[in-house]
Amino acid sequence: MATTTAARPVIAGTSMVSGTRQWTLGKILNRVLFWILVVVIIFYTVFPFVWAVISSIKPNAELFSTPVDYWPDQINLTFYRFVLDNGDFLRALRNSVIVSVSTVVISLALGSLAAYALGRLKFRGRTPVLYLILSMTMFPQIAILGSLYQMITTLGLFDRLPALIIAYLTFTLPFTVWVLTNFFKAMPGELEEAALVDGATPFQAFARILLPLAAPGLVTTGLLAFIAAWNEYLYALTFTQTRARTVQPAIASFTGNTQFELPWGNILAASVLVTLPLVILVLVFQRKILAGLTAGAVKG
Amino acid sequence: MTQRVAAAPLPQPAKRGRSVDLPQTGWVKARERLAWLLVAPSVLVVALVALYPLFQSVRLSFTNARFGSARPVQYVGVDNYVRLFNDNTFISALGHTVTFTVVSVAIETVLGIVIALIINSNFTGRGVVRTSMLIPWAIPTVVSSQLWRFMYNQDNGVINDVLVNRLGVLSSPVAWIANATTSLPAIIAVDVWKTTPFMALLLLAGLQIIPGDVYEASTIDGANKWQQFWQITLPLLKPALLVALIFRTLDAFRVFDVVFVLKGAALDTITLAIYARQTMIDEQWLGRGSAASVVIFLCIALLVIVYSRLVRVEET
Amino acid sequence: MPQYDSSSSPLGRLVAESLTGQISRREIMRRGMALGLSAPVIGMIISAQTRNAMAQEATPAGQEPGWSIVVPEGLRTDLNGARVRAVIAPAADPDRPWQEAAIRKFNEATGAAAEFVPGEQSATDRLATYNQQLGAQSPDNDVYQIDIIWPGIVAQHAVDLSPALSELATLHFPALVENNTVNGALVGMPWYTDAGLLYYRSDLLEEYGFENPPETWAELEEQAQAIQDGESADNSSFRGFVWQGNAYEGLTCDALEWQFSNGGGRIIEPDGTITVNNPQAIAAFERARGWVGTISPEDVTTFDEPLSLNAFAPGNAAFMRNWPYAYSVTQAPDSPLVGKVGVTQLPMGDGEGATHAATLGGWQLMVSKYSPNQEAAIEFVKYMCSPELEKSFTIERSHSPTIGSVYDDPEVVETQEFLARLKPVFEGGAVARPSTVTADLYNSASIAYHTRVNQVLTGQTDAAAAAAEIEAELQDIMSELGY
Repeated sequence: MATTTAARPVIAGTSMVSGTRQWTLGKILNRVLFWILVVVIIFYTVFPFVWAVISSIKPNAELFSTPVDYWPDQINLTFYRFVLDNGDFLRALRNSVIVSVSTVVISLALGSLAAYALGRLKFRGRTPVLYLILSMTMFPQIAILGSLYQMITTLGLFDRLPALIIAYLTFTLPFTVWVLTNFFKAMPGELEEAALVDGATPFQAFARILLPLAAPGLVTTGLLAFIAAWNEYLYALTFTQTRARTVQPAIASFTGNTQFELPWGNILAASVLVTLPLVILVLVFQRKILAGLTAGAVKG
Repeated sequence: MTQRVAAAPLPQPAKRGRSVDLPQTGWVKARERLAWLLVAPSVLVVALVALYPLFQSVRLSFTNARFGSARPVQYVGVDNYVRLFNDNTFISALGHTVTFTVVSVAIETVLGIVIALIINSNFTGRGVVRTSMLIPWAIPTVVSSQLWRFMYNQDNGVINDVLVNRLGVLSSPVAWIANATTSLPAIIAVDVWKTTPFMALLLLAGLQIIPGDVYEASTIDGANKWQQFWQITLPLLKPALLVALIFRTLDAFRVFDVVFVLKGAALDTITLAIYARQTMIDEQWLGRGSAASVVIFLCIALLVIVYSRLVRVEET
Repeated sequence: MPQYDSSSSPLGRLVAESLTGQISRREIMRRGMALGLSAPVIGMIISAQTRNAMAQEATPAGQEPGWSIVVPEGLRTDLNGARVRAVIAPAADPDRPWQEAAIRKFNEATGAAAEFVPGEQSATDRLATYNQQLGAQSPDNDVYQIDIIWPGIVAQHAVDLSPALSELATLHFPALVENNTVNGALVGMPWYTDAGLLYYRSDLLEEYGFENPPETWAELEEQAQAIQDGESADNSSFRGFVWQGNAYEGLTCDALEWQFSNGGGRIIEPDGTITVNNPQAIAAFERARGWVGTISPEDVTTFDEPLSLNAFAPGNAAFMRNWPYAYSVTQAPDSPLVGKVGVTQLPMGDGEGATHAATLGGWQLMVSKYSPNQEAAIEFVKYMCSPELEKSFTIERSHSPTIGSVYDDPEVVETQEFLARLKPVFEGGAVARPSTVTADLYNSASIAYHTRVNQVLTGQTDAAAAAAEIEAELQDIMSELGY
């Protein structure tokens, strides 16, 4: 595939097509504005997390000291030690990984099939199906909690990981279907036609040509769905007890010395640890996220 | 290929994304069968996992069922719904939820577009922005809400510290969360911080679908960046915008964690989801709580219909 | 080693010397009485000394959790591997090792196969999970730890413990047993208890010339204001009084104390009369409203127990209302408040019938009706709520026992003086929330109450209007129950 051409910044003044740059005052100002914006964005998004990291290495007494301490007096790793020594927490981490990955894989598999049909095949009942799939997500979680719990206990899945996987599909699947439907819809028809003319079945056209093209969409959706499943709390709390506990209720169950205490150091340390895999995932997949759908495959 | 670009500087979405016409017309049935086959697994999951609970919810909303109780259940008609609309707390919750949804989704959409455009462009350090941008979305809501709670603290919170002591913008610390006037805006600010990345990522995916040659063609025709944005980018972004708006609105309308962690069930910020949970689980009025859930569902359905009309997606 | 300012006043010297262990307990009592200190205050000084001494000692080397457990006599031995799953402390709770040790000893003594099942940390989550399981008639768990306000809610799922354990029940505080009895059935056996207390900075009280902690709310306001005025010159975030004002169950506890201490009633009396919309209760709410923004931070309307402790523990408040647990937190070795904290009863009001009030808290053990091992489960409850086990729980984990005789036990007095002094509070002085009379509608009643009180505190409604609204809603609820 040829290199992708992503859309360029829509900022007046910067020349795009030609190679030469004309530096006028307006253009310099725009550049500066651009960079200020970038810095603000980074600061705005990252500061609370940085704050959490700093707080998680502060000694206990300093956590709520006034005036506000922006840097700990001494590095204190006891919270991290507590979290990592905690066998229950490590198991919860493992459970979260299993549940989230499974949910994403199933959603992407089923969702991309459905999205191909909904996005590229003309058939009656297309719109109702789309909205039917969406309707799953339109109820507040709490409303379907009771019935889901009933179903899960009847199936004997209480405190088992499949219970969560099933429950999470209620929001990851509709999301996957809708986003991917768009992706498939926007693809040029020529590709498939070429494949079909060459004798491929529609399914082969789908699997060999369209799916790889939709990779950025798959990665984006997969990532967002993963995070949604990873951060989910209510179902995890209700459908698990010990064996299948995932990280969110596990963090919430960190106690201080009594029922009334919230051990902030431990909670922050756990949250930092729990967010890191997500950050790493993004770092690993970011190229895929930004791979263009366009150009290379189409240009002659 | 180049032919097409020159002939139509503003490509029609339909042309690009038109459905496949299988070679022989006799294959219409086959195509439909294939379509249903592909769609079936997903629909099956919906039916098995979600439809039963949905129907249960609607059914229960017409009863006086109690959560966790062995009391015999009776049908009470629309009693629960009447009660809901006579309950000031419910009306307040409705108001807060609508305000929260409209304001936060609007801000997040605008910010999301801006950030998506920025990430989409080529500049050194874009990797840092891409990664950092996802962090708010990645931190568990319960934790980030608590984090902001500490940051908003009147006496030793970072925000007041910066605004009052370091920058001198305010004369005295504000109790952002406690004060009934600033509480909802403060909570909206936290949600915007948390969810803009979600919007940005989805819109970015939408931007990726737009081919670069379209911009090249229009530049040749003399359009400037602003015109390009309004005439090319935005229209072509509509499908992605629709999806992003729908899902973001769905979530905003059902908001629970961020409000509950910061303010509990306080009446100046209570939302529909908190009301529903409180009624159903804490007060154990399963029937009444289900009625509230059905109302939430209907409101969301209404919004989805409105969106689909406004952001008209071409059916091919 | 904590530092103490040598003070020139006799009281100061007494406190300083007691805390550094230079004088004996008898000497403290003698000098305290000579100074005219009241008994509770002397008790506090003594307990502060004990606490301090304990804080400096490491845990006795090699002492396993459960070292002090003495298995009671008369337990059945024929339980034959019967399973008893008990949902008690949360998974990461410091109580867990003791509880697991207790379970082990139970199994050794009776031959049963009892298991520890972790419960949720937050009370609301815990109740939701219980309702979920009990509502589905799940036979998975046998024993459940229930909050003091839940008997009315879970009664329908509970085994009546009175046939088997009535004798044991007579040992526990009558108020608690009564609270746990719904329609004549004993729903839960009391296990450990709690009551609201007033914490104060003894060092600051002394510095600003207050001999004794406040007896009335008016005195508290005076003292808090004076101390806050003085301290905020150096410490801009210093506040006079912190408590729990968020719209949640904790506010029901605080507000009940305000109104009951002013003679305004218990919200709903045991016979079903609603006592909220009366002048004394309204006056109590207005008084609390007056604190917000003056001696209490505006944020106090978002405070729960941890947040109020977070204000007090680093030294940023003069007074705090909280449960007994907070004491050991403030006396932990790395705390800046070691030796500077006193505890006493909450102040009383000035209305007719005013008295000191402390809202009752605590936990009980119930047996599920759907348990396939009810006999074994009942035996387990009998074991855990026995005087021997409660004594050990108190000694090792600093929980307040529910059996009067445990408070008088010499070993308890020796090691937990602070708790031992609280006996009168639990015996008769504490006020229970109206959970028994409201049965399974208690949460609705509590929500109606605390959300409106919270609105009064944030200035969104005035106290009289709120009281009338609360009364109207409570009337609705009571009529549902047939009153």
